[in-house]
Amino acid sequence: MVSLLSDVAIIGVGWYGFSPVTLEASFREMAFEAAVSAYEDAGDLDPRKDIDAFVTCEEDYWAGISITDEFMPDQLGGVLKPVYTVAGDGLQGIASAYMKIKTGLFDTVVVEAHSKASDILTFHEIMNFGFDPLYTSHIDAHPYYLAGLEANYYMLTSGVGREHLAMIVEKNKRNAITNPLASYGSKLSVDEILEAKYVVYPLSVMDIAPLIDVAIVFVLATKDKAKKLSDNPIWIEGVGWATETNYIETRNFGEALYARIAADMAYRLAGIEDPKKQIDLAEIDDKFSYKELMHVEALKLSNRYSSHLDLERGEFNRNGPLPVNPGGGFIGIGHGLEAGGLIKLLEATLQLRGEAVGRQVKGVKRCVVQSWRDIPTATGAVVVLSNEEV
Amino acid sequence: MDEKVRLKGTPIKRFDETITVERSSTAKYAWTAGQAISRFLVELKKGKLIGRRCNKCRRILIPPRMYCESCFRATDEWIYVEPIGTVNTAVVSYITTTREKLEKPLIIAVIEIEGTGGSGLFHYLEGVNPEDVINRKVFGMRVKAVWKPEAEREGSINDIKYFVPITGGEEK
Repeated sequence: MVSLLSDVAIIGVGWYGFSPVTLEASFREMAFEAAVSAYEDAGDLDPRKDIDAFVTCEEDYWAGISITDEFMPDQLGGVLKPVYTVAGDGLQGIASAYMKIKTGLFDTVVVEAHSKASDILTFHEIMNFGFDPLYTSHIDAHPYYLAGLEANYYMLTSGVGREHLAMIVEKNKRNAITNPLASYGSKLSVDEILEAKYVVYPLSVMDIAPLIDVAIVFVLATKDKAKKLSDNPIWIEGVGWATETNYIETRNFGEALYARIAADMAYRLAGIEDPKKQIDLAEIDDKFSYKELMHVEALKLSNRYSSHLDLERGEFNRNGPLPVNPGGGFIGIGHGLEAGGLIKLLEATLQLRGEAVGRQVKGVKRCVVQSWRDIPTATGAVVVLSNEEV
Repeated sequence: MDEKVRLKGTPIKRFDETITVERSSTAKYAWTAGQAISRFLVELKKGKLIGRRCNKCRRILIPPRMYCESCFRATDEWIYVEPIGTVNTAVVSYITTTREKLEKPLIIAVIEIEGTGGSGLFHYLEGVNPEDVINRKVFGMRVKAVWKPEAEREGSINDIKYFVPITGGEEK
């Protein structure tokens, strides 16, 4: 089918933070700094004239305010313009902006997401607030137990061992050392990682991505605008997203269905039939170490139950045939709540531009980027990017 | 009430027959004030009102922002202003946040601070008869801030207790 709708490109990126704590700036000031950088990167845009609409991605309970939408326009240059908030991950916001441009009504759309995780004093209580009040929140344990339940089931069915989880941690923390945006890089052996104390078996503090503060802004545009404004547009070839049942106890714990369905949608739009061959680099959600393995399988970058074998062979290393999280992933960079997907999208965009200082992979032409909305959700989004015009 | 009218819902007399499950959660944040509001609060503690000026549109933004939302550029300068303004709009509230009746109604106003070009504060108005809000006499009235005693100030918008009318001939 020939589409008359414009292709969609990323023409600008900007960020502020990538730090465990940002005492010096409010979330609004962080977003302003990120926006100024993104508009400059997009060819010196003036958002008051040159941007048609704005999408922000935020969950009120992480923000500590209600109706976060209303707090967002000023610092992006979006006052008196179309602005809305997606209560979801940044990649869901990218999908939303992509659709806006596809309508033909908008030429340039901005997507913003941020994390001010260091402001949250009762993280586990707030996370627990996402559980059903009548039949799941009665469990009086840190909500990370849900990750433990899933990890145990997945490991039982797949043959994955704790040493494989430690290998993910080892790879991602090592990759992060040379990434100037990463906060949690370190050189640790698999044995050292295995010695860490359990939080919920089989997960230790090493298996759980630590949090960071960050604000990220992307500028998306039609093909015409991209060609006029940008020397290095990155093309969004496909987007997808999906959510599983909210009855947690009936979910399929052995497979990340939300990620598989989202990937199938994005691959279909991108015309990808053999992801293993057609994808050069993957940015995969690793909020927990085992999730990277599950997600790699959901995205068909490994066969089911064999991602740990590919990991053993070094296939996901930065210099391997299919680098996964070569900038360190969330375990090495830190995880930024609903800005998580945009952290991954930024890593992929910089790789495709050849600007991934300290972690550049050679010859990258197409990336897949995937995010998951953290406990207790089963929502995921996938974006396929390329630096080659269709 | 006409006894034939049947209202929907559970009558209060049957409320103790329903099952209720109590659940609470503690949501605590250390909300970062940022560059602009941190300075604003520190100055309030000193009994001063400060804003940020945008040298493009010439407005003084109060509460201060490090960026001008209209011009989309960083603001340029810190500017002290007198805590004097004009009542832009006002309202009389007869109920609390939880809808309990107030013995003494509250008057809430938007006060446009003089010389800022439209910036203002949200605050209480005292020394005004609720009737004068209802008959709109307070609209456009010049008012000034009444501060808490210095020892009681804590770097909060409530370091200003309220605004009161400036009576004839008085400057501050």
